[in-house]
Amino acid sequence: MSDVIDRPLLEEEKTAPTRLRIVDCDVHPSLRSTDDLNEFLPKRWQQHLKEFGSHLRTPYLFTTPYPRSSPLIARRDAWPPTGGPPGSDLAFMQKQHLDPLDVEFGILQVLDLFIFSQQNLEFGAAIQRAINDWQLAFWSHRDPRLKASILIGQDGVDLAIAEIERCARIGEYIQINVSPRANEPLGRRRYWPIYERAEALDLPLGIHVGGYGGHAPTGGGWPSYYVEEHQSNAHTIAAQLASLVIEGVPERFPKLKIVFIEGGFGWIASAVWRMDQHFERFRSEVPHLKRKPSEYVRENFWFTTQPIDEPDEARHLRALIEWVGIDRLLFSSDYPHWDFDDPRFAFKAPLTEAERRKIFSTNARAVYKF
Amino acid sequence: MARHIVASTSEIPPGGNKVVDVAGRDIVVFHVNGEFFALLNRCPHEGAPLEKAACVARLTSPEPGVYERSRVGEMLRCPWHGWEFDMRNGQSWFDPKRVRVRSYPVAVARGDELQKGPYVAETFPVHVEDSYVIVEV
Repeated sequence: MSDVIDRPLLEEEKTAPTRLRIVDCDVHPSLRSTDDLNEFLPKRWQQHLKEFGSHLRTPYLFTTPYPRSSPLIARRDAWPPTGGPPGSDLAFMQKQHLDPLDVEFGILQVLDLFIFSQQNLEFGAAIQRAINDWQLAFWSHRDPRLKASILIGQDGVDLAIAEIERCARIGEYIQINVSPRANEPLGRRRYWPIYERAEALDLPLGIHVGGYGGHAPTGGGWPSYYVEEHQSNAHTIAAQLASLVIEGVPERFPKLKIVFIEGGFGWIASAVWRMDQHFERFRSEVPHLKRKPSEYVRENFWFTTQPIDEPDEARHLRALIEWVGIDRLLFSSDYPHWDFDDPRFAFKAPLTEAERRKIFSTNARAVYKF
Repeated sequence: MARHIVASTSEIPPGGNKVVDVAGRDIVVFHVNGEFFALLNRCPHEGAPLEKAACVARLTSPEPGVYERSRVGEMLRCPWHGWEFDMRNGQSWFDPKRVRVRSYPVAVARGDELQKGPYVAETFPVHVEDSYVIVEV
C-alpha cells in the first residue's frame, strides 16, 4: 500500500528515464485490424476468418474474453490518438512506453485472435504463421528494440515443428511461445518434440498465461466473476509447472529454458515446497526424476514479475522474491493492459542496486542472450 | 494557501476534466453534476494519470444480488489498476485510512468578482459574463 502523495513531482521524476535500462518481457502489440494480416495470410484462410471466425474452446455462446475490467483489458490512457486498439500504433507505444521507461528490449507477446486457443489446427497454424511474419514486418523491423516470438499451437505438433523450423531459418525470433492451456497438461509426452526442438535451437519456451483450453480454468469449475477468474491464472500456471517438472521435461531436456509470463510469482514458493515434500514421500511413483522438483525449477524456469502480489508490508514482498530467487525473476510491464506495472513504482520491496539490475535487465539478457 | 484561477467554467464541460499546472503540481479539475473537484493528477499506487480515470458511480450492494448506484460520476477508477477514489475528497474506496489522492479546495467565482492583478493572465482573459474555476493550493 502507498502513502498519500502530497508533494509536486520532482522534475526528474517526470522526465528522467530510469538509470537502469530495462528489458520488458511482456509487451502486447495488437493488430490494428485483421486486414493487417492479409499480406501474410493465404486467401483461403482470409476467407475462412471472415466466414467462420475463431473456433474457440469456451463453453458458452458470446463469451469473448473482452472487455475484462476495461475495454480490451487495456489501460484507459493507452488508446492511440490515431485510432485503433491499444498496442496497435508503434509511434504511440514508443512515446508512451519504450522511450520514457528506457526499455532496451521489449519482448512481444501476441494474444490477438486468441491464437493459442484455435481448435481448427490448420487455421490456427495459418494465423500463427501470419502473425509471426507480422511481428517482424510491423514491429521488430521498425523498432529493433522489439523482439518477436515464434507462436505455435502445440496440439498440432507436426505443424508446430514446421513453423519452428521456418522461423528458426529466418533467425530473428528469440523464443517459442506455446499455449498456457493446451488440450492436455504441458508436460505430456505428445508435446515433447516441440521441447526437443526448442532445446536444440537454444530458444526459451515462453508460456504466457491466458486464453482457454476448453477446460474450466479452475479445478472447481467455471468462475462467475472476472476477479474470480483472474485468480485462476496463478493456479493454472502452477499446475503447468508441476506437470512439466513431474512428467520429466527438464529431466529429459536439461538445457531447455522455460519462462512463465504474466503468472506472477507469489505462488511459486508454496508450489515448490509442496512438490519437494511430496517428492520425498512418493519418489517411487516418479523414478524418472533424478532430483528434487525445486532443483529443476531453479535451473530451467524463469518467471516474469507482473502481476506482482502486493502485500501490505514491503518486507513481505522482499521475502517472496528471495524465496523465488532473485535470479529467477524477469521484469515485465504487460503494457498496454490494465494491470500494467510501471518499473519505477512496481517494486515496493527494498532491493539493492545489484538486485534491481538482475530483475530489470541482466536475468533476461542471460535467458534471451541479448 | 494561494488561490489560482485555472479555467473558465465553460472550458470544462460536464463529465470532462482539465489538467493544470499549479505551483509545480500536476492537478486535474473535474466537472461533475455542476460541481468542480481538483485532485493531484497521479494515482498514489503507481502514478497513473487520473485525467484518464473513468468517472463512475458509487456502486454498493447491501446483500448479494442487490445493487445500488449513487453519486453518479463522482467516483474515479484509476486508468491502470482500477483503484477507486472519491472525487470529492480523494479518499480511496478500499482503504480510506491509508490511501488517498491529495485533493484541493475549489471555488467558482464570476469574473467581475475577481480582483484585478496577476490573475488577469494572458491565458485566461477575464470576461465579465463568464465564471472561473479557482483552485487553492
